[in-house]
Amino acid sequence: MTPDTAGAAAERAAADDAVTCTGLAHAFGGTKAVDGLDLAVGPGEVFGLLGPNGAGKTTAIRCITTLLPVPAGMVRVFGHDPARDRMAVRRLLGYVPQQLSADAALTGRENVTLFARVFDVPRRERAARVAQALAAVDLTDAADRLAKTYSGGMIRRLELAQALVSAPRLLILDEPTIGLDPIARTGVWEHINAVRAATGMTVLVTTHYMDEADQYCDRVGLMHRGRIRALGTPAELRQGLGERRRAQGAPATDPPPTLEDVFRDVAGSGLDDTSGDFRDVRSTRRTAHRLG
Amino acid sequence: MSEAPAAPPTVSAEPAGESGIGLLVRPPRPRAGWRLLPARVAAMCAVELQKLRHDRTELYTRAVQPALWLLIFGQTFTRIRAIPTGGIPYIDFMAPGIIAQSAMFIAIFYGIQIIWERDAGVLNKLLVTPTPRSALVTGKAFAAGVKSLIQAIVVIVIAALLGVALTWNPLRLLGVAAAVILGSAFFSCLSMTIAGIVLSRDRLMGIGQAITMPLFFGSNALYPVAVMPGWLQAVSKANPLSYQVDALRGLLLGTSAHLALDFVVLVVAAALGITAASGLLGRLAR
Ligand SMILES: Nc1ncnc2c1ncn2[C@@H]1O[C@H](COP(=O)(O)OP(=O)(O)OP(=O)(O)O)[C@@H](O)[C@H]1O
Ligand SMILES: [Mg+2]
Repeated sequence: MTPDTAGAAAERAAADDAVTCTGLAHAFGGTKAVDGLDLAVGPGEVFGLLGPNGAGKTTAIRCITTLLPVPAGMVRVFGHDPARDRMAVRRLLGYVPQQLSADAALTGRENVTLFARVFDVPRRERAARVAQALAAVDLTDAADRLAKTYSGGMIRRLELAQALVSAPRLLILDEPTIGLDPIARTGVWEHINAVRAATGMTVLVTTHYMDEADQYCDRVGLMHRGRIRALGTPAELRQGLGERRRAQGAPATDPPPTLEDVFRDVAGSGLDDTSGDFRDVRSTRRTAHRLG
Repeated sequence: MSEAPAAPPTVSAEPAGESGIGLLVRPPRPRAGWRLLPARVAAMCAVELQKLRHDRTELYTRAVQPALWLLIFGQTFTRIRAIPTGGIPYIDFMAPGIIAQSAMFIAIFYGIQIIWERDAGVLNKLLVTPTPRSALVTGKAFAAGVKSLIQAIVVIVIAALLGVALTWNPLRLLGVAAAVILGSAFFSCLSMTIAGIVLSRDRLMGIGQAITMPLFFGSNALYPVAVMPGWLQAVSKANPLSYQVDALRGLLLGTSAHLALDFVVLVVAAALGITAASGLLGRLAR
């Protein structure tokens, strides 16, 4: 299904989509982290980028967010090419990286105010906007405490407030719920969806929690070894796998496959030799710590 | 006190009521090109001041070393008159040098801080905002300047308490502030440039320690250029710290100085430093 999607993505005017990647590739030395990624995220959609450790999700996101240099023509964000017009792309983005990151020596409010300032929120509405962003993630009470006193879940919500204060058209979240307890996870998603309902922003998210992807994503792309291997709504992917299994002779009484089954089907069960190397484990684990 | 009965904001179970996120719907209007740089510089300086307000211990601990220099080195050498200072007490002569030194030590720390921010993920997030790298570096450079300036005020007060005859002419003090900020901008950019080359905190700490002392001793901070051996005179001539000390000395003590040349050198050095550090900042993001 990948070639169809790629063709369709290329044909549709890239300007209509929130994000398009066409043959996106990025290598670190000899490691092809992203290797021909084709992707189209429609406006207003919640798109989940899934895949095993080391699949290249974070690298792809870093290309889209202008953190890694990309050749012209490979990426479009609402029609803007990060290779040509980085500033235009950045103005549209809210970004929460995989690693928990807030300035520990500042209060929550000061952390959000910094982002309001660097996104040119005028002084007269700055305080009100920051207060709304903090309220939107339920941090009003803790706003004037130093961020080093926050729990992991609070830092994640603070980061969400930092990303939302500029009213981004595209919110990019790299494993927003890693290391959070189930209640905090639901909380983060509720906050995202509440703002999304009001603003119509597009969300590009990665996660390792398949239940989360199934519940909250309109469409998902399963990445493996730098490329999309399966693409569709969670229901489509589950049904597709069920049909394929029945065609291979699985009894109809089998329980319908879950998104996790689809994940295992695409990524292969267990770790393969190119994924989950030491760096991945370390960087993933680092995010579970509260602050760097 | 004034409990609004209609909407108790914090007790509400709804994470975001409709009225609560009205401002988050509209993206802010981008600032026009030329106003972007001062706005970013102001934002970075504000952060620096906020941090100082939350934790002043660094301000105090960093005052210990210059106080010791002035108290022990300054008073002793004033007594033994080993260094020709052109008629003023030695402690007066060295006070501007110690002000410059303590400002430099703070500025050199900025390279380490930017690597720390990279490791903590904070730098990456700032790099995804509409802030050109040069604006980010300029902001950091002036933030270092603001912090150094506050430190310089502390050292000036210590020096005054020790009886150094300093000027209180506001115009001259304004010049002192400018010299401190420009010098710190240069030294912070120097260390951010090295950070962009070595990319690791440990290596940078080693290099930072290896260069600060030569920069300090290879300048006119402790002794006049005239008593240096020829090779050290050459080092001192190429060392921006010497020009900063010369300006501070001229402004604070009223000794003869080359103020125009000093400020030209400091401005050019700061501009070169900002250019170099901006060019290398991208390496830290990868
Ligand atoms: N800065 C880097 N230098 C060298 N190699 C890197 C770097 N960043 C990522 N890689 C490599 O690129 C590949 C993809 O990494 P990436 O972080 O994009 O995966 P991911 O899908 O985000 O994984 P995870 O789910 O663990 O976050 C991995 O093999 C990784 O080792
Ligand atoms: Mg990742």
